[in-house]
Amino acid sequence: MKIIIMGCGRVGARLASLLDEDGHDVTVLDNDTYSFRRLPPTFGGSALFGNGIDEEALKRAGIEEADIFVALTQGDNRNVMSCQIAKHIFNVPRVMCRIYDPLREEMYSALGLETISPTKVFAQLLKDKLEG
Amino acid sequence: MYIIVVGGGRLGYYLLKALMNEGHEVLLLEKDARICRTITDEMGSVCYRGDGCEAATLAEVGTGRADMLVAVTGDDEDNLVACQVAKHKHNVPRTIARIRNPQNALLFKKLGIDVTVSSTDIILEAIEREVPTHPLTSLLTIDEKGLVIVDVKISDESTTVGKTVKELSLPKESKLALIIPSEGSAHVPAANTVLRAGDQIIAMTSPESKEALRTALRGI
Repeated sequence: MKIIIMGCGRVGARLASLLDEDGHDVTVLDNDTYSFRRLPPTFGGSALFGNGIDEEALKRAGIEEADIFVALTQGDNRNVMSCQIAKHIFNVPRVMCRIYDPLREEMYSALGLETISPTKVFAQLLKDKLEG
Repeated sequence: MYIIVVGGGRLGYYLLKALMNEGHEVLLLEKDARICRTITDEMGSVCYRGDGCEAATLAEVGTGRADMLVAVTGDDEDNLVACQVAKHKHNVPRTIARIRNPQNALLFKKLGIDVTVSSTDIILEAIEREVPTHPLTSLLTIDEKGLVIVDVKISDESTTVGKTVKELSLPKESKLALIIPSEGSAHVPAANTVLRAGDQIIAMTSPESKEALRTALRGI
């Protein structure tokens, strides 16, 4: 499958290399090329400099043929906007959005985006560990 | 009207002032404590410190009863989210977003933002208007009607000089409103009006036919 990952932070880089190992066609997009140092030397996908809320950059990353788009930058709003571009302008079949703010996450989930709030998930995980 | 403005930059500041002068109840949301203090010192308690993209902040300032929310921060993504939260969480009837990338107008419209204002487009048009050789400038865009009012200059090179209005093959949604000759007074064009070099033509058209209209009027 063709997968585009926006944001090459720790999570983005790790996800990219895991999916690459499984044989997917992975493109990572980041607006700071220094972030690409996090990709392992064995990474076989592409790393592209560009801003994920810019339609031109997304086209260069091949969004028109993408099966999956994942937004993993530090900015909730940037993730939300790029995912909505992927979903509503480019009709990407599966779009996944990281949103730290649980309230915003709930709202966009209600609006039909597939969302994950690391804040919610991690707090729950810690609580279960501490009480379990 | 109760109007919420998100973003206390230069645009937000002057917008706040203008809306207050018109007698509206206005509240400015700004993340930066220093900016908030400056505005409060000058204009009283019209600035609330907080993130306008957060549903909780918007709830605290009573967004539920707001008639309008205007997002004018410098980041398109923040303006989008502020408007979406206002619309979907607090049912604000009218949301206006400033955009810097003109390409975003389509996306924002699709996502239900009522009005987008592209600062880049407005500045570009204003500058183009001042370039004497620029053949076509947009004067006004009426989004709801899909209309744009433009100004086309007929120059010496135009192959339409000497032709009458009825000889021009204008795109069908275009109408000529006014001809301002280089000398003499402005007049409403009729079918047998002859085009002269130096004429300035004010016309109405659709955004898609702007270029076709320019070609029809100038012949080049």
